[in-house]
Amino acid sequence: MISSANKRVDEPVYWALFGAGGMWSAIFAPAAILIVCFLIPLGVIDNTAAYAGMKSFCAGFLGRVFTLCMIALPIWCGMHRIHHCLHDMKVHCLGLKGLCYGLAAILSVVAVFLVCSF
Amino acid sequence: MKTLKMAIARYNPEVDDKPRFEDFHVPYDNQTSLLDALAYIKDALAPDLTYRSSCRMAICGSCGMMADGIPKLACKTFLRDYAGAGKVTLEALGNFPIERDLVVDLTHFLECIEALKPYLIGNTRTPADGANRQTPEQIAKFHQFTHCINCALCYAACPQFGLNPAFAGPGSISLAYRYNLDSRDNGKQERMPMLNGPEGVWNCTFVGVCSEVCPKNVDPAAAIQQCKVESALDFARSVINCQKEKEVR
Repeated sequence: MISSANKRVDEPVYWALFGAGGMWSAIFAPAAILIVCFLIPLGVIDNTAAYAGMKSFCAGFLGRVFTLCMIALPIWCGMHRIHHCLHDMKVHCLGLKGLCYGLAAILSVVAVFLVCSF
Repeated sequence: MKTLKMAIARYNPEVDDKPRFEDFHVPYDNQTSLLDALAYIKDALAPDLTYRSSCRMAICGSCGMMADGIPKLACKTFLRDYAGAGKVTLEALGNFPIERDLVVDLTHFLECIEALKPYLIGNTRTPADGANRQTPEQIAKFHQFTHCINCALCYAACPQFGLNPAFAGPGSISLAYRYNLDSRDNGKQERMPMLNGPEGVWNCTFVGVCSEVCPKNVDPAAAIQQCKVESALDFARSVINCQKEKEVR
């Protein structure tokens, strides 16, 4: 039976954040992880100069936005996936959506404070 | 003549609690389709076997059923493809209530098609004005979606429709999107409320199996994803304009 009320759902908001997170995780995050976790520790990039460069980059506006995206967007992507995977596994408990997206929102707010405190 | 064992799910709601399998041995050659085999069984072995069919050429979309668990058109699937396994299992189309044997109740699908208004709306041309003219580019936008034959194989394949039977589903959304893309149509705003709503495009998680099983090579998964972009833009516009959603039904 078709529902008579076509109330708009709020999924576009989460889907947009999921999409942005997915793109970030696929494009920017691997590059950042490669540089920070491998190239610098292995000495491919000079440690001292790299640290100073990253520090000054993260202190700037673009650097703060980059760091915020680096932390927050993959969280939204991951929590969206977890939420929908649980739906696929027929786990439907009250407040699950609030828990998943609420956690992502809290961590995003923490990330905002973090990048503002550099 | 070679024979193939066919295990067919039988269900008579007056007698059976749930579907049960009955085996038949059917003679076949390279040209024998599942539909031919069902006709043979009905003529020679089980006159009470119930199934839907009409055109025998993958146009009418009536003979959808599960062959070894995969949604297929019986007229477009051949026994020779199951010769290696020596057996094929036929069941009623998945995710739909079974009426009898291989016949399912498609009411929800038909209601969704009706609700999503897959026809030209708001075109004021009259016959005296002559035919609508479209460029090849305008036609190319929606052409593949016109191939849908409403067979509902995509519904049988869709795990999200299986989880939420209220979901409008791939077939009807593709049809709605086909008309949203048509330059002759002005009815997008009448279709968007349902596409934006709890039964609309946001139930889809892009599994993509609807497009894999489509016997006419329509890509319903692409239609739904593109519809999601439309729905997201519509959402953004509604926030910007602070418009209250109008209920169309």
